[in-house]
Amino acid sequence: MRLAALAAGLIALVLASPARAFEIEQERRFGPADGTPIQVLSTTDTAAFAPVLEDFVARHPGRSIRYVQAASTEIFAAIHDQDARFDLVISSAMDLQMKLANDGFAAEVEMEAPGLPGWARWRQQLWGMALEPVVTLASRQALRDLPLPRTRRDLIALLRENPDRFRGRIAAYDPQVSGVGYFLIAQDDQVSDGFWRLAEVMGRLNARLFCCSGQMIEELRSGRVSIAYNVVASYAARFRPDDPDLVQLGFEDYIFAIVRSAFVPVNAPDPEGARLLLSYLLSDPAQRLIAASAGVALVPGTGPAPSPQLRPIRLDAGLLVYDDRLRRAGLLAEWRAALVQPQAGP
Amino acid sequence: MNGWLRLFDPARIASLRRRLVWQFLVLSAALVLGLFLTVGWVADRASRASQDAVLGAAVTAITEGIRSVDDGLELDLPYATFSMLGAMGDERIFYALAVADRVVTGYDDLPAPPEPALDMVPIFWTADYRGARLRLSAVARPMLIDNRLRPVTVTLGQTRLGQAAIARDTARSAAWAALVFLVVALPVALLAAQAVLSPIRSLAEVMGRRGPRDLRPVRHPTPRELAPLLRALNGLIARLRGALDLAETFIFEAAHRIRTPLSLVRTEAELALSETTDEATRIRLRRMVRAIGESSRSANQILDHAMVMYRSDQFAAAPLDLAALTRAVVRAVAPLADMRDIALSQAGLDSPCPIEGDERMLEIALRNILDNAVKYAAPEGRIAVSLRREGPMAVLRVQNDGRGLSDDPAQLMARFRRGGNVGDIGGSGLGLTIVTEVAAAHRGRFRLEPGEREGTCALLHLPLA
Amino acid sequence: MRFLLVEDSNELARAVASRLAMEGHGVDHAATLEDARHFLESAPYDLILLDISLPDGDGRDFLASERAARRDTPVIMMTASASVSDRVSTLDQGADDYITKPFDFAELQARCRAVLRRRDGAADSRRHFAGFTFDALAATVLIGDETRELRARELRLLEILLSRPGQAYSKAHLIDRLFSFDEEVSDNAIEVYVGRLRRKLEGSGARLETLRGVGYRLIPE
Repeated sequence: MRLAALAAGLIALVLASPARAFEIEQERRFGPADGTPIQVLSTTDTAAFAPVLEDFVARHPGRSIRYVQAASTEIFAAIHDQDARFDLVISSAMDLQMKLANDGFAAEVEMEAPGLPGWARWRQQLWGMALEPVVTLASRQALRDLPLPRTRRDLIALLRENPDRFRGRIAAYDPQVSGVGYFLIAQDDQVSDGFWRLAEVMGRLNARLFCCSGQMIEELRSGRVSIAYNVVASYAARFRPDDPDLVQLGFEDYIFAIVRSAFVPVNAPDPEGARLLLSYLLSDPAQRLIAASAGVALVPGTGPAPSPQLRPIRLDAGLLVYDDRLRRAGLLAEWRAALVQPQAGP
Repeated sequence: MNGWLRLFDPARIASLRRRLVWQFLVLSAALVLGLFLTVGWVADRASRASQDAVLGAAVTAITEGIRSVDDGLELDLPYATFSMLGAMGDERIFYALAVADRVVTGYDDLPAPPEPALDMVPIFWTADYRGARLRLSAVARPMLIDNRLRPVTVTLGQTRLGQAAIARDTARSAAWAALVFLVVALPVALLAAQAVLSPIRSLAEVMGRRGPRDLRPVRHPTPRELAPLLRALNGLIARLRGALDLAETFIFEAAHRIRTPLSLVRTEAELALSETTDEATRIRLRRMVRAIGESSRSANQILDHAMVMYRSDQFAAAPLDLAALTRAVVRAVAPLADMRDIALSQAGLDSPCPIEGDERMLEIALRNILDNAVKYAAPEGRIAVSLRREGPMAVLRVQNDGRGLSDDPAQLMARFRRGGNVGDIGGSGLGLTIVTEVAAAHRGRFRLEPGEREGTCALLHLPLA
Repeated sequence: MRFLLVEDSNELARAVASRLAMEGHGVDHAATLEDARHFLESAPYDLILLDISLPDGDGRDFLASERAARRDTPVIMMTASASVSDRVSTLDQGADDYITKPFDFAELQARCRAVLRRRDGAADSRRHFAGFTFDALAATVLIGDETRELRARELRLLEILLSRPGQAYSKAHLIDRLFSFDEEVSDNAIEVYVGRLRRKLEGSGARLETLRGVGYRLIPE
């Protein structure tokens, strides 16, 4: 039985290797170097997730993890189209995760997760493991005497009234590159009527578009931008404590919270290892570590409770609509129309 | 399977009650299963119908969200519709939007409708897709695209895992409810079985309480269903009684017919005896007379015994004076005692001693007691008859001075059993049995015990009225 | 004593009559109830021996009608069926006693004596012989002024000897008549009663003589 599993694992590795045409951002191994590692494909920043993974291998001697970090669209393509073999797939792109599960790429995992809210889980296939508030960051220095905007409407007003100060100094996701970026725009589009006015203002001020939260924060810290819109809070949290210049704008109208979810692919070489890791990720100690870095607890009681304006996005079939070709095309067209104005983009 | 069939085999189930309960259980279990299947089917149909309605509404809503714009189609997939579709049990959802036969968005390979979709009226079908069984619905709508009217078909499919689970849960709930009902009903069934069977038990008790020779017809109220059994039983009893009566008549008749010639033989033998001088002839004649006497006495006792049995079956107690009855019997026996120079003394026979009983049975008992006392008394001995009250009982005591008991008195009561020391005294061995049976019929008792100094004492206890 | 024997079996009746005659009684035999009525009308009887089943009726009905007519000659019923119902009903109908066929003559004798004793004597129950008077019912011998009581077997022995005075009776014969046949007695047992009777008869003018090898006889002194 074990021999067979081992053989299957080896074959899977061999088969998986040439198909790996997707782009990897980072790869790291946790735990002992020998033995077959649990293969994790994730959007989560390796450095941010490292404490959790190290805790896992410390608790499970003999187990090791091969952690591959990639962009959410890359992950989707790898799983959906390239038959990549991983044991656990973690992503913040909820719509893509949902589509993978809906299209039958996620295996059913018999597991108890008593603390996990019903909206953070889809069947026995897709498991929410972290709540990631999406915030807007500002540089205190750049704002100077200006009052901190408390809502998006305030932000629009602020930008409109001070065009010179913010021209070319606004950072936002590029939805054409970033799955998360597109998803957040779709959410904004659905939730707020004022979003397109904001997009228009940002476009007029030559907002710069980025692939990921890390880059936006990097730009903000280096002083090249003053405001970063829709930044995943866990990235910000890593810098904010020791950077007094970074201000998190807690909008009072709404703050999205993405559910970062994980699933075990149906073709996982080591489903048992994947199940072990997944159940650890949903366990109390792991949730405490995750909540500490995200600033808010997904499982109640493992960290700070969500603030009232925090609006977690449900993991359900409704997410499927965001991936629709026509819808995506329509939305992106509108985004381009709003943002990319007479002046050329970056 | 065989085991189950055997439960219904009457030969296998000796207990009617167990059989009733088993049948109840098996039928109820079948009912529970039937309920489970029926409710499952009905729930499945009902939820399928409602889900179809939801699916139809969803596909219609999506179709209405399609707008024709300058550069083609614009589709605003309604988030709420999808969310709602998936809500019931986290269903997987697939969709496709096709213009003519070309899929514009959604899943390219989604199964096509089995028939062309109609204008705004959803059609439904079921197909397998990506390893799951899908319920699909499609709606067509002609739209102006690039100035040409083209059919736009929206297909929406969803898995029905949740719906199946709901139907299953509903059926399971129904089955549980039925099982709970079954558990509650089991004691009720036991009680009912008991109640149904109680007339049989009470009939059995009535029959069981009867004396071993009680041959009266059974007059016990029974349910209609038991009436044939009762009739058959009474028929049997009547035939048995007829046979017994016949046997009794036969015995009496036979006895009667034998006695007269026996009398003649005996008398002639005695005459011959008085005339013979030949000692050998005399001895033979004496033996003959003796044998006749013994057979006559045995016949008497057999008849007495038959009478006692017959009358204890039809036991009809009437008030009577045991003292007077004893006096009469003593008087009848007195010549026999006198003949042997036996002194017969009486005590306590002057005051009345009322009891409830059958006079003729008691007469037989008393005669047997006194006959025995005379028979086994010493020559020129004495017999003391006394009657007194001891608590609720009348105690008749007949004491002789004869040879006493050599055997266990209890054994002497057995039928045809005679003591080991009776020697040459004739007897059938039935006398004590008769007395014992009469005593039992009167809820009294009889025993023999050694006399105070010598001989034997017979004690008959009978309840006072 | 004079007996009326009502019995339909002629052989039995003849035998019983012979046997009773041996005891010194006179016996008339009626084969039917009709005959019995004729006999009763023509002569007085000391005792009636009445069978139950007779060709022209039931002996108990006859008895009942006799009693109803206030004719109270003592009656001993002879029953062949011997069922207790018969016994009890006979007594109920006024019989003085009953005896079951086949009967022991010694028992019949005893019952007759008991009945007559209860009825306070027959016309003539006394006999005179030599110098004594024998009263069978009272069981006494009267010698001069002295009354001597006899026990049952002494009485019976005297009765037999007196039925044919002077005749010698063998021991065996006396035993056959003195004892019931279900009593086993030795020949010598008779000597005891002979001895006792001799003493009772002392001074009576009669002698109970032993004839060696023959038996006993009663002769006047």
